[in-house]
Amino acid sequence: MPSIAKPPVRHPALPVNELGLTERDYEGPMSTLCAGCGHHSVTAAIVRALWEVAVPPHMVAKLSGIGCSAKTAAYFLHGAHGFNGVHGRMAPLATGVAAANSELLLIGISGDGDSFSIGIGHLVHLIRRNLRMVYIIENNGVYGLTKGQLSASADVGSTSHWGTAGVIQPIDPMLLGLSLGATFLARGFSGDKVQLVPILKAATGHRGLALIDVISPCVSFNDHEGSTKSYRFTRDHDVHGTETDFVEPRPAILAAIGREGITDLTLHDRSRVRARAVPQGYDPTDRDAVGAYLREAHARGEVVTGILYVDPSRPTFHELLGVVQRPLVAVPYSELSPGSAELERFAQS
Amino acid sequence: MTGDVLNDFCIQAATVNGSGSQSSNLVITKALFHMGIPVAAKNVFPSNIEGQPTWYDIRVSPQGYQARKRTVDILIAMSPATWERDAANVRPGGAVIHEAALPRFGAADRDDVSWYPVPFARLAREKLEAKPDLRKYLQNMIYVGVLAELIGLDPAAVEQGVRDQFRTKPKAADLNLAAVQIGVDYTRDNLVKTDPFRVAPMDGTRGTVLLDGNRAAALGSLMAGCTVLAWYPITPSSSLCEAFIDYAQRFRVDAATGERRFAAIQAEDELAAIGIVLGAQWAGARAMTATSGPGISLMAELTGLGYYAEIPAVIFDVQRVGPSTGLPTRTMQGDLSFVHTLSHGDTRHPVLLPGTVIEVYEDAQLAFDVADRLQTPVFVLSDLDLGMNLWMTAPLPYTERAVDRGKVLDAEALEQVAEWGRYRDVDGDGIPYRTLPGTANPRAAYFTRGSGHDEHALYTEDPDVYQANVDRLRRKIEGARTLLPAPLIEEAGTRVAICAYGSTHHAVVEARHQLAEHGVETDYLRIRGLPLHPAVAEFIARHDRVYVAEQNRDGQMEALLRQELPGELADRLRSVRHFNGVPIDAEAISDPVLAGELAQREPADQQAIETDRVPVG
Repeated sequence: MPSIAKPPVRHPALPVNELGLTERDYEGPMSTLCAGCGHHSVTAAIVRALWEVAVPPHMVAKLSGIGCSAKTAAYFLHGAHGFNGVHGRMAPLATGVAAANSELLLIGISGDGDSFSIGIGHLVHLIRRNLRMVYIIENNGVYGLTKGQLSASADVGSTSHWGTAGVIQPIDPMLLGLSLGATFLARGFSGDKVQLVPILKAATGHRGLALIDVISPCVSFNDHEGSTKSYRFTRDHDVHGTETDFVEPRPAILAAIGREGITDLTLHDRSRVRARAVPQGYDPTDRDAVGAYLREAHARGEVVTGILYVDPSRPTFHELLGVVQRPLVAVPYSELSPGSAELERFAQS
Repeated sequence: MTGDVLNDFCIQAATVNGSGSQSSNLVITKALFHMGIPVAAKNVFPSNIEGQPTWYDIRVSPQGYQARKRTVDILIAMSPATWERDAANVRPGGAVIHEAALPRFGAADRDDVSWYPVPFARLAREKLEAKPDLRKYLQNMIYVGVLAELIGLDPAAVEQGVRDQFRTKPKAADLNLAAVQIGVDYTRDNLVKTDPFRVAPMDGTRGTVLLDGNRAAALGSLMAGCTVLAWYPITPSSSLCEAFIDYAQRFRVDAATGERRFAAIQAEDELAAIGIVLGAQWAGARAMTATSGPGISLMAELTGLGYYAEIPAVIFDVQRVGPSTGLPTRTMQGDLSFVHTLSHGDTRHPVLLPGTVIEVYEDAQLAFDVADRLQTPVFVLSDLDLGMNLWMTAPLPYTERAVDRGKVLDAEALEQVAEWGRYRDVDGDGIPYRTLPGTANPRAAYFTRGSGHDEHALYTEDPDVYQANVDRLRRKIEGARTLLPAPLIEEAGTRVAICAYGSTHHAVVEARHQLAEHGVETDYLRIRGLPLHPAVAEFIARHDRVYVAEQNRDGQMEALLRQELPGELADRLRSVRHFNGVPIDAEAISDPVLAGELAQREPADQQAIETDRVPVG
């Protein structure tokens, strides 16, 4: 199953972004995932979003754990370094990368098995650390690569490919994130690229951890009648909590909740996200209200999507660490070694 | 009194942990040191915060022996729970300083030792002007005064010890000195010395300092330019990480902005700690973690990924005894074979084996270079004894050394390379060239994954490609044999040798002197790293019997040697093992070696040696 490179030929009329790059420059090799897999659409949305915000490809680090989701890290942005780690440990790897080089934009692709079971201990602490990273969970409620076991995001009563039904309460990453002080929480649907692209663009501008739960159906093992992570179920039960308009960078404007239910959120690169509340009065900066709304909606069987919660005020990982502005990898050895005189002083004390 | 025993005995303070006795013991240790008397301290402590018995052995020896001594000459008994057993352990002719309230019956009722009852609690209550909660701690400082008066500690050295210990708290120093004086006065007025032990100033500590291995490792890491520390608290390695943070906060902080030139991350577990290290190293920073056996267990999978994805990492393993509540505060050399091949599949990691504080410091620096040079995780194996106890050592030397970051191509260098593949062996040493994220060259990027990749880091499960890759990895790690320090060899041409590694070294030094006194001359081989240096096999080939001494039950180094050596050399190995959780002592080596050598001799010779042998308590 070798990686299949895409043909290098390009249409001369392809539009370019402000770096002079085409969307093709943000793609990766051919995917080996199943035809119709929701993850393909997520990959396409990532490509589109990164091209639109014109991130220099080499300034991105792609990270993943293990699973179908983890494979997708290879399928976009061939010009960026990528690291497919071990199952559940993407978050620690990301923490290390961020500590070493604060200038990199980290994009992590995880799944519900990777993030909610084997790796949940790390996800929890990654949220607390609030490091700058776009953390995408391709959530399909099922372990695909091991052939269809239910995951910890499977709803109670949702049936697996093999007929068993979920019996334990599922983990909702949005509620988890709210309880831990997450600073950017969004949910998308792989079948709704129109909504997902601006969410991703906004996430790249967030100064801390942007946790994005993307319902991404598994066509092989979890797209049947009785599953609550199927294309059909998600389409039928999708409720947009917010509609997101990504506003290109402009002078800083304080976040303000308008009368019409519009919230302008200023990101660290001074671009703005305008979240339009679809349910009357939805306020993506009110932690308690968002939590209550999500719980009620879940009880009604709704899948609430959009940018659900944003708090740009909390300190980031690097602020918490108190490290230098420049990347640690850029600090020369002469500034790292104590030198002989200092050594003597240290050794005596 | 059975004659004078000068500067050559062992003091054991048996106290209750959490009572401040550590300060008292350090004051005694430092006072002896300031008097120029070689001293070695071993803290044998429980996994507990307060209220459990704990022991601190302070050994003075004119030869400067640093190993634990099995016999107790002077006991300071402050722990009711172990009082009987502690008193029974004192060698005949020894001395017992004890809380007067402890009853002398059973094993504590013997007449072959000198008894010095002192009403510590009453003295503290009546004579110390301090708050009741402080008295608990100061009470233990009184025994410093009693001991000082009995064995002749120089009052100026004691004061210096107290001032050292409470350097940042002058008022506390004064209080403690008052407590010491109470002990001195009580002894002078109430006790008659009947034991033979005393000290006199000598010139045996000049040019040395007292330092523990964990601090040395922290300094070495700082010198190596380590910028990212990820760790999870665990005894006995926590103090290494805390020392690194302590030193980094003193040196690596910008005076104007307060910004740090290091990132210290207390991780959620050891899985995360090694993950953070690999992430940081992958991105180009020097990163390390320190842990002990239980943490190593959790690091197994990611260490294997580091091996196959070829990412540098430095992992300090300060070894302790088994999992869970298995003597977590006791020492062992139990992780040797475990770390050397940690993880699943075909893995083999370079392991550095420092035996002294200076070696810990030097190996810490070397480990980062070797990890970068070979692009692989490197272990530094210390242990609780080496890491947490105070050792007399020459001051850590500052060495101007070129930092070896290995084969890293930056954007410019990549321009000069016609064909670059992340896992291509172009130099014939098995070591490929790597690039770092953030390199502004469109050819720099690659996708890092586990073992299934080709020379260009593209995914493949092709059997030939896989096998060629793991074969290259084997060749690459073979290079470590000569990158790691050569074994230390002391050889006078005898046919019998002792082989050891790590902290066992100090018991070997003494054991060889003991053996020589019994007519058994030995050569000495100290292994400094795995995979083995070629000089190891050459040394063994020059000897008929090589006793491999180590602190584990199954003779892990001996087994590794057997695995690697040809049969006729493997047959020359004899295993000497010590594995009870307390640091190895010289007799644990000299007794079995002597027995083994006796068995080789003619009966007449055997008798001559046996009659010469001094019984060991």
